[in-house]
Amino acid sequence: MTPELSGLTLAERILSVKAGRRATAGEIVVVLADQVMVVDSIAPAVFSLIERELDGVIAAPERISVVIDHVAPASSVQVATTQKGVREYARERGLRLFDVGRGICHQILFEEGLAQPGWVVLGADSHSTTYGAACAFGTGMGASDIALAVATGKTWLRVPETVRVRFQGLRPPGVAAKDVALAVVGRLGADGATYASIEYHGVDDFSMSERLTLANLAVEAGAKVGLVVPDALTRAAFEVPEWLQLDPSARYAKTVDIDLSALEPLVAAPFQVDNVHPASELAGLAVDQVFVGTCTNGRLDDLHEVAAILAGKRVAERTRLLIIPASSKVFEEAAADGTVTTLLAAGAIFGTPGCGPCMGRHMGVLAPGEVCVSTSNRNFMGRMGSPDAKIYLASPAVAAATALSGRLSVPEGESDVG
Amino acid sequence: MSAERVRIWKFGDAVNTDDMLPGKYAPLMVGEEAFHRYAFAHLRPEFAASVVAGDVLVGGRNWGLGSSREYAPQALKRLGVGAVIADSFARIHYRNLINLGIPAFAAPEVVAALADGDRVRLDVERGLLQRDEDSFELPAPGGFLSAVLAAGSVLAYVREHGRFPGEDEAAESSGFRG
Ligand code: SF4
Repeated sequence: MTPELSGLTLAERILSVKAGRRATAGEIVVVLADQVMVVDSIAPAVFSLIERELDGVIAAPERISVVIDHVAPASSVQVATTQKGVREYARERGLRLFDVGRGICHQILFEEGLAQPGWVVLGADSHSTTYGAACAFGTGMGASDIALAVATGKTWLRVPETVRVRFQGLRPPGVAAKDVALAVVGRLGADGATYASIEYHGVDDFSMSERLTLANLAVEAGAKVGLVVPDALTRAAFEVPEWLQLDPSARYAKTVDIDLSALEPLVAAPFQVDNVHPASELAGLAVDQVFVGTCTNGRLDDLHEVAAILAGKRVAERTRLLIIPASSKVFEEAAADGTVTTLLAAGAIFGTPGCGPCMGRHMGVLAPGEVCVSTSNRNFMGRMGSPDAKIYLASPAVAAATALSGRLSVPEGESDVG
Repeated sequence: MSAERVRIWKFGDAVNTDDMLPGKYAPLMVGEEAFHRYAFAHLRPEFAASVVAGDVLVGGRNWGLGSSREYAPQALKRLGVGAVIADSFARIHYRNLINLGIPAFAAPEVVAALADGDRVRLDVERGLLQRDEDSFELPAPGGFLSAVLAAGSVLAYVREHGRFPGEDEAAESSGFRG
């Protein structure tokens, strides 16, 4: 029976329904996880905790997904050996395994329908907020919590307060979902939504892929979860439970209004994601590598955006353009519709679907002194290799224009400043 | 009160988990036995070799933002870090610290009063930190989190009590059991 939900936010509604009682911000609930996602970097710790400390128990193997994506394909014998163990364990215990090349965990779970509206999805990765695009309560946790969730099927959660982010107006041409997501992080600050749920209102204008970008960056404002209010688009893609809807009397800890029509292309400069500036202010900066990919911006529409800007042109001589599709599905679709050919002709380099150099392990890490414009979500010191390299986070369009000129650029005709 | 005086390692604001343990030095990359040697490899390369068991880390605002990697606090635990005191903590990392049994205190006044290299005595149970004549109170983490710390880790807590931390509180109103 659905508990009494009037006056509750989306996060409170989901956790109330899961807990089987009305639960409001600040309360502790213990809930079943509909899906638990474990990535290759964390899986060895999780599995060893289960075996050593939790009697080898796995409550519901069908609800566990294991993804080999953070170093895929393996970069060393050390990694290969560990991944071999992860694979074997997943098969032996009947867990759902997504192996090398299938893509990035968050993208895959979304594609496979393993993050549904109203679900609780726990991921061994902080960007599990991404599932909020489907209005799934997606949140990241460490190895101990994930091991407990795998073993018992449950977790404890503090019901979060909610920060309401309201979008108004229409985005000018050239302003991407990434710019909006960066604007939100810039406005809230890196701890502006700590412990909270961000609820995104006024998203009519955003495609599902763009909503994934928004929810992906929720954690960069410290949020526990980033829920996009379900609408017709959500209902076209998913079954949305009747109780999962906005309540006009819901109480918010804070409301932030963002006028989309006033936005311009943005970048997050080193070494913090909330260090957000208009891209035009940094235009002209020499760039060694452009990286298009990751769970933030490695989808088909992102590749289309880049291809549209690069079609018939060449990447600047001193700049490398590295493209890593977020999943094998994205890669196949981009190959089928000619996008890959266009990008290859422009001089792009392609990597295996997965995380690539996003967290500095392989496939395009940076040398000291190098500058990278990246469509990813973190620009921390040393994140993509050398601590003396610099990462500027930007939209696929800014990335593409930068690849063309070799200097940080705003696509032509899309900047106020010119 | 610890008999030994321990060192304060003071950091600034927004120290993230990539700073604490860069992704390229994760256990997956360098092995389960070696990763802790890379704690703060970029930010304070001398840290891992010089930190002594019991030493206390002091940070500013939003300590531990970023990745959910538990191997970052795990590295601190292996190196014997006795506690972390910060102005404020990022959510996932705070939970990871408590889950591993590393005492974490949000205490901006104490942070402001401490300097890098200070020698202090720490009494975690009583929440007291002493530097020469000065003594500072450290607020205990809320509710059942203190019970997790007392158990040594969240796994130890669950094994001991047969339920999640907080589950008893949740159970009161939900009738949830087991
Ligand atoms: S692409 Fe980057 S941010 Fe996304 S899951 Fe992989 S490492 Fe994390």
